Amino acid sequence: MSISTETTETDAIVEELDWPATRLRVRNLRTAFRVDGALRPVVHGVSFDLRPGECVAIVGESGSGKSVTARSLVGLAGRSAVVEADELTIHHEDVRGFGPREWKRIRGRDIGFVLQDALVSLDPLRPVGREIDEALRLHGWGGRRARRERVLDLLTRVGVPFPAVRAKQRPDQLSGGLRQRALIASAIALDPDIVIADEPTTALDVTVQAQVLDQLELMKERGASVILISHDLSVVARLADHILVMRGGDVLEQGPAGQVLGAPAHEYTRALIAAVPGEATRGHALTPGAAAVPTKPPAGAVVLEATDLVKRFHTSDGTVTTAVDRVSFSLRAGETLGIVGESGSGKSTTARLALGLEALDGGTVRLLGQPWAPLAESRRRGLRSRIAVVYQDPLSSFDPRWNVERILLDALRSERFPSAEERRARVLELLQQVGLPANVLPRFPLKLSGGQRQRVAIARALAPRPDVIVLDEAVSALDVTIQAQILDLLAELQRESGVAYLFISHDLGVISHLSDRVLVMKDGVVVEEGSPDDVFERPAHPYTRALIAAIPEFDPAARAATTPESETAA
Amino acid sequence: MTALGTPPSPAAAPVRPTLATRLGRVPWGLVLAVAFAVLLLVAVIAPQALTTHLPTAIDYQAALQQPSLAHPFGTDESGRDLYTRVIWGARDSLTIGLGAAAVSVGLALVLGTLAALGVKPVAVVIDRFVEILFAFPALLLALLLIAIAGPSAATQVFAVGIGTAPGYARMIRGQILGARNSGYVEAATALGHSRWRILRAHILPNALRPLVAVFALSIGQSIVWASSLSFLGLGVAPPASEWGALLDAGRQYLTTAWWLVVIPGLVIVAVALAATTIGRHIQARLEKGERS
Repeated sequence: MSISTETTETDAIVEELDWPATRLRVRNLRTAFRVDGALRPVVHGVSFDLRPGECVAIVGESGSGKSVTARSLVGLAGRSAVVEADELTIHHEDVRGFGPREWKRIRGRDIGFVLQDALVSLDPLRPVGREIDEALRLHGWGGRRARRERVLDLLTRVGVPFPAVRAKQRPDQLSGGLRQRALIASAIALDPDIVIADEPTTALDVTVQAQVLDQLELMKERGASVILISHDLSVVARLADHILVMRGGDVLEQGPAGQVLGAPAHEYTRALIAAVPGEATRGHALTPGAAAVPTKPPAGAVVLEATDLVKRFHTSDGTVTTAVDRVSFSLRAGETLGIVGESGSGKSTTARLALGLEALDGGTVRLLGQPWAPLAESRRRGLRSRIAVVYQDPLSSFDPRWNVERILLDALRSERFPSAEERRARVLELLQQVGLPANVLPRFPLKLSGGQRQRVAIARALAPRPDVIVLDEAVSALDVTIQAQILDLLAELQRESGVAYLFISHDLGVISHLSDRVLVMKDGVVVEEGSPDDVFERPAHPYTRALIAAIPEFDPAARAATTPESETAA
Repeated sequence: MTALGTPPSPAAAPVRPTLATRLGRVPWGLVLAVAFAVLLLVAVIAPQALTTHLPTAIDYQAALQQPSLAHPFGTDESGRDLYTRVIWGARDSLTIGLGAAAVSVGLALVLGTLAALGVKPVAVVIDRFVEILFAFPALLLALLLIAIAGPSAATQVFAVGIGTAPGYARMIRGQILGARNSGYVEAATALGHSRWRILRAHILPNALRPLVAVFALSIGQSIVWASSLSFLGLGVAPPASEWGALLDAGRQYLTTAWWLVVIPGLVIVAVALAATTIGRHIQARLEKGERS
């Protein structure tokens, strides 16, 4: 067992060895929801064992039933849920038929649950220290003074600096990473030996994600059993010993991590792994159906040129922050320039400056060799059709009253498509280009899936045949297989039309997959620039190195080579 | 969380709704409100169709009678049939209510749009002006206008309309600002559409969508406001049987003839309730439409 390598936590080991081998055992777990008097099954049979010091990961995309499975295991599936199982034991106790009070006894003490979004999961009006204290108090843990020490100890353990200060702060005074760690601290307050983490790092910056994963790993080393729910294979690859792959409520494949990631048996697992963008996939399609991407022709003339862009924001208390500080770049026809950075790095502001949607405080932008910013909007309008944008959240960028047809026709209202027939033909051509059937035309974006919406947004951006498309986190909200389809589509469109992309993302994998050149931004400044090979293989700046080090390693082949022997032990 | 380990209930197929659940789904409030609105419409257009007496027919023999079969709402101190007076008063009351609502929403539309979209000095001045108006209670504002222009039906319409306009102006301003800062307006800017086109195609339609509902809601409110002015003796003059005036006239008989106050009061409440119910329904329908 993996515990045997741990030598420092002697007490923990002794305790661990006393435990029977399986902490949680589930067979054929089925969950259905009552909807309008009918039962709608959501999870159709999940079985696994959870042993000490082991991490079982449930991987799947949205709607796969992975979160419902996790919640069903601890009685949190909700009132309308009907949970059944042939066997469900926690510490050899049959928990089927548990009522709310019995679950309350188990949750917190035996099982800690870390939820996805720390901001909504923590009481906004309560200092985080009190939140953690509450978890201890409800289970009658120690006296007041002992609890206070315990809270500080817990915050230290999850890597919160200055715990005495942080404990007195409210969630809104903490950064996302600190909040998530405080939430983990409250979940492990009573040293539960089972921790369920539901997308614990989604929405976190990559360096913060690395810190949170370190914490989970440490807990595992100390003998805790972890159930990890995630859509992100690279996160799963780092922690999991055993992986379940779910889709549409079914477990398609399960087994030791090395086997599932290294030699996947199911087609969907293979597609899922192939869909993860990164350095290794550059120049290759991510989806099986897509045509292989041939080497691109050399980039053409400069289409967009930004020189010393500066943007300052004035906050209400009179302070001035420089969001973008002397950023320069140039973009050539047919080329993709990736701008990567964490939240607050100024990458999205840079995109808005390049689009002329935000007033400059300094510097100039030229589009197709002509002045673009600073310039009055009315004088810019003639060039507007040469540059387009795709946002992260396409839904909010569509007028809610308009259907797809009207959205696309509206984008063609320019002198280049004078007649109605031409516009109509162009709309059908666009749909075909982005791989949408013509029957989406009368539909409203709200009724489309996330991937379809993003395709509509891309079609709208393509409509006036622009020279530059700014993609601002355009694939960040999509499931990994959908993301792969959109990335393949973007590559194909670029090859066909020679359009240049300014691609903004926090995701280094996506950036290194797609970009011809990369800009790394931090605190409004470009800290590194170069080809993806240079930036990712030979990073010069310490921040770039930290960023790259923080990416969870995802290399299925390497993973398969070092399949841990511990899988077969118990 | 229910019944871990129990077999699934066989009722996996949707259950056919029983008569009781189907009746439960009928929006009875809305049905009543619409029926009431139709009745009011008849009362406004042809009050004689709903009454047998005349509103001014005096019969001292039958003064201050309790509600009975002959006089369903009772009679007043001059023996006039209260039911007849209420029906004949509908035209005055509703005209004032509708007129005031139109003045209020119309004024609010102009002020709100200018405050949200006007060039800076204009927008700021209007914004402050609306805020100052907002600081006065609506009734005080209305009283001020009547004090200047003297009581009459027309003054009442304008007094109530102007008094209630600031609140709606704020709402419209907020709606327009919300639409102006939305993602779809930015997307339209990025497409190179002109300011005027964006205003016409996106900002105004989206911002003013809830206006129908607001108007319906404000009718009910205006009738109540107008009635309170009449009650204070600042509305239409007797012998007109506007509902607020009926209340005012009945006040002195409150201890002996309760129906003279209670029944017109209930009618005002019913009208406000009906208008609000219909308004909310329209609002809900519009919001639902936005999501389809």
